[in-house]
Order: sequence, then C-alpha cells, then structure tokens
Amino acid sequence: MPIANGDDAVTSETSLRAPERGTTKIHLVIEPGSRAIREELGDLLHYRDLLYFLVRREITVRYKQTLLGAAWAVLQPFMTMVVFSVFLGRLAGLPSDNIPYPVFAYLGLLPWTYFSGSVSRASASLVGNASLLGKVYFPRVLIPLSSTLAALVDFCIAATVLVGLMLWYGLWPSASALFYIPLTALTAVLALGVGMWLASINVQFRDVQQATPFLLQIWMFATPIVYPGSLVPERYRFIYDLNPMSGIITAYRAAALGEPIHWQSVGIAALVALAFLLTGWWQFRRMDRHFADIV
Amino acid sequence: MTQPIIRSENLSKRYRVGGAPRRHADFREAFDNLLRAPLRRLRSMRIEPSCEEETFWAVRNLDFEIAPGEILGIIGRNGAGKSTLLKILSRITAPTEGRIELRGRVASLLEVGTGFHPDLTGRDNIYLNGTFLGMRKKEIDRKFDEILDFAEVERFIDTPVKRYSSGMYVRLAFAVAAHLEPEILLVDEVLAVGDANFQRKCLGKLGDIAETGRTVVFVSHNLAAVQRLCRRAILLRQGRIADQGPVGDVVKEYLRVSAEEVSVSQFRTDARRGTGWARIIDTKLVDDDGNAIGSRACDQALNLVVDVETTEGHGTQTLRGLVLELMFVSDEGHPVTSVMNVDDGAAEFPSTNRCRLRVRIPSPTFMPGRYRLGLFLGIPFLQHVDDIDNALSFEILPPEMPWRPYELHPSRGVVCVKAEWECEPNPSLTRKHEETVGGRQ
Repeated sequence: MPIANGDDAVTSETSLRAPERGTTKIHLVIEPGSRAIREELGDLLHYRDLLYFLVRREITVRYKQTLLGAAWAVLQPFMTMVVFSVFLGRLAGLPSDNIPYPVFAYLGLLPWTYFSGSVSRASASLVGNASLLGKVYFPRVLIPLSSTLAALVDFCIAATVLVGLMLWYGLWPSASALFYIPLTALTAVLALGVGMWLASINVQFRDVQQATPFLLQIWMFATPIVYPGSLVPERYRFIYDLNPMSGIITAYRAAALGEPIHWQSVGIAALVALAFLLTGWWQFRRMDRHFADIV
Repeated sequence: MTQPIIRSENLSKRYRVGGAPRRHADFREAFDNLLRAPLRRLRSMRIEPSCEEETFWAVRNLDFEIAPGEILGIIGRNGAGKSTLLKILSRITAPTEGRIELRGRVASLLEVGTGFHPDLTGRDNIYLNGTFLGMRKKEIDRKFDEILDFAEVERFIDTPVKRYSSGMYVRLAFAVAAHLEPEILLVDEVLAVGDANFQRKCLGKLGDIAETGRTVVFVSHNLAAVQRLCRRAILLRQGRIADQGPVGDVVKEYLRVSAEEVSVSQFRTDARRGTGWARIIDTKLVDDDGNAIGSRACDQALNLVVDVETTEGHGTQTLRGLVLELMFVSDEGHPVTSVMNVDDGAAEFPSTNRCRLRVRIPSPTFMPGRYRLGLFLGIPFLQHVDDIDNALSFEILPPEMPWRPYELHPSRGVVCVKAEWECEPNPSLTRKHEETVGGRQ
C-alpha cells in the first residue's frame, strides 16, 4: 500500500508494517528560507494534540507548590480592584458611569488581566522554552498560543467572582453577557498577535523582557479601565478607539450590564486585532527557523 | 534501484562567530559606543550574517543519499558538524544553502525526555513528550501499556517525575521514544544514558526498529555502537564528508585520521573552585616520549603530567602538605577511580613553590571510551585549594595488541583488568574446588 499521506501513515494501523520500498512521493523538502504556508498549516493540524498537552502543562504547573493555588487567579484582579476603588473611586472620585466603582473597575480589570497576563506570558514563552527549541521540531507558534489559551482558565475563574460582586451590589448580570464569548475570543486573538511579536523579538533582544511590563502599564492607562471612556472628548474618540483594548473593554462592560454595545469600536478593535495577528504571524514565521540558533 | 529516502544536495549551514567586543580607548568613545550600540545591534538583526562578519561553515556541501531501510551511522569528532547535520535534518534549524528531500515522515531523538516537566506525573509526561516527538494522542493511547512495560515504572505513573530516580526518569523517557514509528528516525547519542543493562536494551530496541524496515540515522561517538548497528557510515570532518562507505572501513579511517591529527587533550579550567593560593597550571596526557596526546590504547600505560605552583603573593607558603587527587570519571559521569599523591608509594609535594608531578598508571587501564579527569588540590575535608572538574577529557582506544577475539565493549564495564587463568585438566570435583576458584580471583 503506497503511503499517500505521511500523517495517516503514522497513525493508521498499516504503519506497523514496514514502510513500502520505493515510495516515490517527496514528503518534505528542507531548504533555506521560510516554509510554505500550506506546509505550516498542515503541521499545525498534525501537532494539535501537542497544543492540548502544552496548555494542560501550563495550567497544571502554574500554581504548583503555591499555598493559595488557583486563588491567585482571583486575587490579582480582585486586590487591584480594591486598591483602585479606594484610591481612584473613593479618594480621587473618578466617575464610573453610574454603577458602583468596584463593579466598574472589576469589569475592566477582568479582561485586562487576561490580556496583559497572556501577553506577558506569551512574550516570555519562547525564551522560557529555549531548551526545547534546540532539541525538537514542532510548530513554534504553539508555544505562545498555549500561553494565551492557558491564561483563559484564570480568566474563567476570575469571572465567577464578577458574578458574585455584581450580585453583591444588586446588579443582575444581563443575558447579553453571552457576548463575553466572542469578546474573549477577540481579546485572545489580539493577545496572541501582540504575544507573537514580542516573543519572536525577545528571542534576539531580551530588551523585550524589560519593556513588556512597562508597555502593558502604559497600555492599561490608555484603556478605559479605571476611568470611563466617556471622559475622553468626542473629537479624540476615533484615535482612542484605535487602541483595540479600549473598544473591547467598553464592550465587555456594556455586555455585562446589558447596555447597548458600541459595535463600531468593536469592529475597529477586531480589525486591529486581526492586523496584529497577521503581522505577528508574519514576523514569527520570518524568524522561526532561526530561533534555535539565536535563542 | 529504489529512490533514496533521504537525499541531500550541497547542504551547507553557516554560523556567525560571536566576536569579542572591542575595547574602548577612553570614556568618550565608550559612551559614544554605548549610544550607538543599539543601532549597530539592530543592523545585525538581519538573520543572515553580512559578509564582513566572521562566519564559519558548520557543514559544507554535503551530498549524500540514504536508501530506505538503511541504518546509517554518522561519526566524527566534536565540532565536525554531526549535530548540525542532525538539526537540519530534523528541521530544528534551517540550512543556509542546499536542499534535502525526505520521502517519509521524520522523527528525531536528540535527547531523551524532551519537554519532560518535573512537576508533571509520569503519565502526563508520556503524553507531552510523545506529542512533542510528533505522535498523536490516540497513537499514544494505543501504545501506553507497552510504554509502561518497557519503562518498568507502572507503580509510579501518577507520581511527578521529579520524585523519580534518575534511572527511572531515563527509562521512562526512552520508553516513549522507543515507541515512535516514523519512517525515518534520527538519533543522537541518546544511548549514552542509563546503566549498561538499559543501554543494551536501548540498542536492542534500535535494532528492532531497524528490522521493521525503518530508516535510521544514528549519530554517535560510540564507535562500538555504530559498528554494531550500522552497515554504512559517513565520516564528517570540519563540516565536510571525509569518507563514506561500509561501516568498518569508515571507522578504520576515522581512527587513522584521529591518531594522525594528534588530538591533544586540552587542559580546561572553566569549572574551577577553591581558595586558589596554589594552582594547577597545566595537566597533560603524554606518550612514552613525553609528547602531549589525547588518546591512548587501553593496553598501554596512562602517563599524566601535572604542574602545580603557588600563586604570587603567597611567597612563603610552599606546596608541602598539599594533596593532589586525580579522579577519573566515565563519559556518563560515573566515577571510575581516583589516585592521590599521598597513596602508598606515591610522591608527596616537597617544600617548593613549583612542582611537576608525573603519574603513571600501568596497563591495562580502562575499557575503550571517553573519560574525564577531575583534579583536586587541597587538604581533604579541610580545604579546597584548587578543584577542577573536567580538567581533561581523553579517549581510551581499543587495545593495540591482541586481547580478546570479541569487542571490548563499554557495556562490559569501565575498568580493564587482565586476569590470570588456569585450567586443571582433571580436577577433583569437591566443594573445596569452588572455594579455590573463588579465592584466586
């Protein structure tokens, strides 16, 4: 039986027999330069189980040997919310669109913590797995991708606290909270795009490691998390919306409270996120066959 | 003639040599440089090095073909390009020039236990490692029991692997790898792990894999293993193919060239500890005429020369009373033996500041293979003065004189001894006889 496809050959029972002699099909060509996109996508498909186990590894290992375990996923946004509520909500008296400031802040911090967490984990991921890069071939994209996906677990845990917090303040989560699913997908795409950029540059220039926390902090203040977006004057609105996280966070908030979602800014955010994803992937592909040499 | 399963044409890989940074003449230049450095580094971000940079070819113009079902050995000294070739074949790194055509699915085994995470259980690690090596989940499901059987760790399968003994760890790791079923398997020196028993098991498994008609590319320092597994070999030298053909001929050529190249073992002090008031300044392996060498046949005496002196600033202090220990360690890191200059009949340090010690270890010495020498200078239990791991690495070659009609294989141990044998034609078969034989060993 001629082997029609290498993927099947490995998994099917027939592969237990000796591979047929005189197989004429060229399975793979190794050449300088980037690989064909089709080949790369095929590889991604073949290695999808690895993605699953990588995500599992990240999740299992993350809170190993910690006292509080997964409670950390809640503590981080929750404590930040408390601090912001005291200093910004109470003392500075920032407006919060007529909802209790703690709920307002947590609604923003929840997706932001997911975003910043997955960006910083993804950007450090390649360097953190340097020993793997030199020892085995697999689609390198899986590494930042698994960081982004694993951070979703933290997001889900922290989201349960949101429900409790809203009920505490007498707010009933709206049915439009179902929009959380596509919004989170959008956030993940954006985080992956940014993560791929940072991760691939970080392999060569560890400056990224220094710059990422700083970058994320600035980004956070350019996003309506501790203050409402309505504070920004209308004529700067368009520029402000170019920050994809601003549209996303505003939409998250509206979805939870059942207010109308500003689809135009979500659309802009989606376009920007897509641009990050595609350029990030382009940059990643440009570098990925050299990671092992320079990491 | 069947199509080759691997065909390499003009394969080359160039690396950039990291040059030492230039020293600055003065502060102003240094400051200036500091400001310009990011720009310069950014320019060097281009992945392919520009021509003015110093580069070297790790492998150069490799043309070879491998037939389906063939087991090919790749041998050569460190830095000959073996690992680079394997990394290109396994797609870890891209070639600079040339092309390889592969007519089958590849799995590579550059180390055992790739991706093992200490905090994960044996079970999780089997799946993680297996998928890293390109297996699918259902494939691992199917082979899971077999893998467990091979690794002999059933009882601990749900224990984090950080609690495993190193033997268990390696067995588990190899077990996963051993159940790969690609058409082309690339293997790098992974056999240099575990105890002799396990190594035999691994070699056996590789042999089995080969019997099923899979193609294996096997890179190793272990000439014995290469000779046993492969029928054909390629000898790499400075990135080029120096010889290829039947394994026996290529190994012979390799040994001939190695001997000719006078591969002198270098004294290395990168792993040095201790107070340092006295220093080992040089250590050499020498032949009978005192020339530095890097290898020695196992049936010839090992001669070592060690130079020791006190460091300046400790003028009044002499070497007297110091102890020098030579520790021989096998390539896998197992201690083999040690000798001290205070052993009975050895030479103690005199009251001088500088001293050359000559050490002779009569033949036979060790089983053929690579060994490392660690040095300890100081006072045992009290003071480390100069402590150097891996000060010297050398090769023990197969015997020059006839010794055994079979190969002296590393799996037989590390120490060579010559036994005296007697045979009584008509022994009185009593219990006493067993005692006599036992006592004579």
